[in-house]
Amino acid sequence: MGTTQLLFWFLSILAILGAILVVTSKNPVHSVLWLIVVFVAISGHYILLDAQFLAIVNLIVYAGAIMVLFLFVFMLMNLNADTEPQKNRWLKIAGVVTGGALLLVLVAALKKADLKAQMAEMGKGDIGLIHNLGLVLFKDYVVPFEISSVLFLSAMVGVVVIGKKAEEDKTTLGSQKYGG
Amino acid sequence: MLSIENITHSIDVWLYGTFNPTAALLLESLIVGLCAITLFAVLGLVLVLMERKVSAYMQIRLGPNRVGPGGALQTVADTLKLAMKEGLTPDGADKFLFNLAPFMVIVVAMLILVPVAFAKGTQIWDINIGVLYISAVSSLSVIGILMAGWASNNKYSLLGAMRSGAQIVSYELSAGLSIISIVTLTGSLRISDIIDSQQDGWWLFKGHIPAMISFVIFIIAVTAETNRAPFDLAEAESELTAGFHTEYSGMKFALFFLAEYVNIFIVCAIAATLFLGGWMPLHIGHWTAFNHAMDYIPSSLWFIGKTFFLIFVIMWFRWTFPRLRIDQLLSLEWKYLLPLSLFNLLLMTLISIKGWHF
Repeated sequence: MGTTQLLFWFLSILAILGAILVVTSKNPVHSVLWLIVVFVAISGHYILLDAQFLAIVNLIVYAGAIMVLFLFVFMLMNLNADTEPQKNRWLKIAGVVTGGALLLVLVAALKKADLKAQMAEMGKGDIGLIHNLGLVLFKDYVVPFEISSVLFLSAMVGVVVIGKKAEEDKTTLGSQKYGG
Repeated sequence: MLSIENITHSIDVWLYGTFNPTAALLLESLIVGLCAITLFAVLGLVLVLMERKVSAYMQIRLGPNRVGPGGALQTVADTLKLAMKEGLTPDGADKFLFNLAPFMVIVVAMLILVPVAFAKGTQIWDINIGVLYISAVSSLSVIGILMAGWASNNKYSLLGAMRSGAQIVSYELSAGLSIISIVTLTGSLRISDIIDSQQDGWWLFKGHIPAMISFVIFIIAVTAETNRAPFDLAEAESELTAGFHTEYSGMKFALFFLAEYVNIFIVCAIAATLFLGGWMPLHIGHWTAFNHAMDYIPSSLWFIGKTFFLIFVIMWFRWTFPRLRIDQLLSLEWKYLLPLSLFNLLLMTLISIKGWHF
């Protein structure tokens, strides 16, 4: 077995194991940490597929920023198994049925797919390199790309506006309290 | 001529000639891993001693001078002491995460070592997104610190970890923007390309004032990212006992201590690579005679010299400036450094488009 195969199997098993543990962990902080393991494993897969930029962005955005934010919130809220709300039995059954239905659809779709012809290229090709990605983003898809960045900007402005408003309320409340 | 490049090349040829490719690759990974661990151990010993000597010099003291010649073996003795100590795990702690956290921090530090060029042709992996890789992996180090702080089940640890998280996440932006400003000049993210582009002068001098500004911003940001004074709020002794590693003892504490010093080395190596040419000797334009004279000094010495100079600068900060408050720290980043580095990046883009740099 070559190194690529060895790495592929290692990363796949790591990703699936991590994903199972995300769901089964009792402690939300453990779940988040396992999710980080999943993201790292998936980044490894991207590198195997020669999409290094995607791998690194996946690490920066998900493992580095979003998961750290999750960890912050969970650690400050101090959630644990005792504070976990007990779910209704019917809710659990409904969850199992929906998940099973999704699995059925996925299995049916995979069964029909022609796996032999759709083999991914491993360790070659330069379509995922940053040079090509930049050309595609700024030539072919420049308008959608810019619009999505405006979307992000508006989200940021929204956060600032909400934050400012709360602060004003607090100061007016405070001044009333102290007779100002 | 005996150089590191030739030695590694001959080992590589011998391994691939003797074993099949998979086994040779595995053996090479093993050798590289052993070298990295040895480097870490040596760095820890040297940098801790250097810090104590520098601080002593700044405060007009002698520093450690009893163990070994001139106190040179002091850190070896300290390490032995730490290795002998019992590694306690508190009762209320999350045992698994508590014991995992120091290793996580060390492993992340090791991963950043991958694209660093130690000498001419001596690099573990010359990945084509080298500098992005560095900023991505260094953003993972916060996870280990948060893990340690939360798993200790101690309010000081948790507060320290939260501060450290806020600090690393915000200062990452400035560090990333200064890296990008050099990337706009070189047009490549690959470390070897960045070093090659400094063949006729280092970017610190070639890139005019914007390069100097981004160098200063980078040094400030990485000092904050490595949790060093004046930004050591994560372990502020006077407020939080020892911050996120309050509950750690013995070798587990030593690993955190080691990770701090190794991180300093790595960020200084990156700063040296981006702004001071890495292993590239001091070349000035087309002064051929001068450049050839400089080439006689081995490239590894250039790299180590630049890196240790920057480490000295960061130590100098530590023993000169008082610690910032958390609100001062965050407003310094978000109100001053980030707008400045964004504007600087615009200026740098203009310079590189117009070709105004040397």
